[in-house]
Amino acid sequence: MQANNPVLEVNNLSISFGGLRAVDDFSVTINEGELYGLIGPNGAGKTTAFNLLTGVYKPNEGIIKLCGEDITGKSTIEINKAGIARTFQNIRLFKDLSVLDNVKVGLHNIYTYSTMSSILRLPKYYKIEKEMNEKAMELLKVFDLDTSANLKASQLPYGKQRKLEIARALATNPKLLLLDEPAAGMNPNETKELMDTISFIRNEFKMTILLIEHDMKLVSGICERLTVLNFGRILAEGPTSEVLNNPDVITAYLGE
Amino acid sequence: MKNFAIKNKDNLITYGIVIVAYVVLQTLISFGAVSSLMTGLLVPLCAYIILAVSLNVTVGILGELSLGHAGFMCVGAFTSAFFSKLTVNVITVGWLRFTLAILVGFLCAGLIGFLIGMPVLRLKGDYLAIVTLAFGEIIKNVINVLYIGKDSKGLHFSMKDALALNLEESGEVIVNGAQGITGTPKNSNFTIGVVLILITLFIVLNLIKSRDGRAVMAIRDNVIAAESVGINITKYKLLAFSVSAALAGVAGVLYSHNLSSLMATPKNFGYNMSIMILVFVVLGGIGNIRGSIISAVVLTLLPELLRGLSNFRMLIYAIVLIAMMLFSWSPKAQNFRDKVVSSVFFWRKKENDMKGGIDNAGK
Repeated sequence: MQANNPVLEVNNLSISFGGLRAVDDFSVTINEGELYGLIGPNGAGKTTAFNLLTGVYKPNEGIIKLCGEDITGKSTIEINKAGIARTFQNIRLFKDLSVLDNVKVGLHNIYTYSTMSSILRLPKYYKIEKEMNEKAMELLKVFDLDTSANLKASQLPYGKQRKLEIARALATNPKLLLLDEPAAGMNPNETKELMDTISFIRNEFKMTILLIEHDMKLVSGICERLTVLNFGRILAEGPTSEVLNNPDVITAYLGE
Repeated sequence: MKNFAIKNKDNLITYGIVIVAYVVLQTLISFGAVSSLMTGLLVPLCAYIILAVSLNVTVGILGELSLGHAGFMCVGAFTSAFFSKLTVNVITVGWLRFTLAILVGFLCAGLIGFLIGMPVLRLKGDYLAIVTLAFGEIIKNVINVLYIGKDSKGLHFSMKDALALNLEESGEVIVNGAQGITGTPKNSNFTIGVVLILITLFIVLNLIKSRDGRAVMAIRDNVIAAESVGINITKYKLLAFSVSAALAGVAGVLYSHNLSSLMATPKNFGYNMSIMILVFVVLGGIGNIRGSIISAVVLTLLPELLRGLSNFRMLIYAIVLIAMMLFSWSPKAQNFRDKVVSSVFFWRKKENDMKGGIDNAGK
């Protein structure tokens, strides 16, 4: 087991939309290299919690710390630079760009050169572009997408689009990867493949991952610890098997 | 990278088309095969091509509709003409003065684009289009009431009339309100126009195929996702918008140095002009730089070629517009085009494959 080295520490996070308290007193600590699951019935506030972590919404209360650094209330861009990358529930790719370019956009802040060197095609442009291409192809290879590198992102089949989104998020070199329902809309085979990919990423990149999921098989198969949200509040948390056998959790999912 | 090579080749074809067209036209002109009316149209045509290519940066690459492009052209035209008038006795070397004038037009239009872009780019879609339209008109109207004169004491400004400038006897009114600037040195010609087109293409095509261009297109495709991978939305929107405006300014420089008297009328810098540039872009294919060039050429020359039909001229022009629109956008026409293109190209490919097959069989 890893040393207790928290990557993400969230304390008492809350946000209200009008009278609705969408996320209420949400706290979680995720250690380095951990694969953490966030589950809950529809409308429980899972995606809102993600949006709070990535700066899409500003929390009313609470503190978010990434590797000890306070990132509460920062903008999405700053939070990404600090080291949180995410995917989306409804896939958001750059659909008219090639698969390769999608990943290269992810590398935007890691490999840099000035506008002048791109317009004048200075040697730096060729050098950095080559490095970017190599790095991007390397990432695509991990996801078996290297053969489709020149296709438009919108031409990829659904499962591969999900993978490309993960590859793009990884390209930003994050400390923490947030996956918002990665298995949504996938058939059992694709889900199985995705589970393998996710564990592979964790081992290969030593990545800390927080994922939202509905698919219980996926959650119980790969997550070590879980937090269950219901009506914006934490219903249960702890090791996966314990949480999934918790009577409250079963009630929340299946009803009385 | 295969893709890389293909895209570069694509760019070379675009440059090639412009150069070949230039050589052919120059040859025709030297043989006297082009009417004087047509020769007179060549410099404005170059300006329109630059405008279409530059507007495509905003509309096609950034994905925002701008209806104020003529306004930026207007800024470039007037600042550069003003500069040329001011320095006509100071810098006597024609090409040097004109190069500086181009830079002045480029920078001033770019600056105005930047300043207008800051508030305007917060809007999206139709709202953005309306506001850019308004700014285009504002620029034109401000220039129409601007009086600038020069005498031994320096420059004088007024928004009232030429008399309010209080010039000395020897003073000279440079910008005379609605009468504009007269006596701009006539530095533009077809060759310079083509060189400027090539420079514009160089800037635009290189920008598209770079880190910055990818960031701009990522914003076009999905703002939320672009933000989530750490792309500074404001910065890249402004970059694309300013570059687009600055290049429109260059077109303005070319346009103004072709006329002896430059006035900001609704016809040359107004709403209609902006719409016309947008028509070039839409018909040529949004985001398709080469298409913009071709449609700008066709739509500029067409009314002149149809002059013989007198009254039916605009009617036919309209029909051609509709036909081109259908041809470039309807799915059926696209399929047809793809078929034609692939049959032409694959015929050659097949031939090569067969050759390869025969060679292999020989071994």
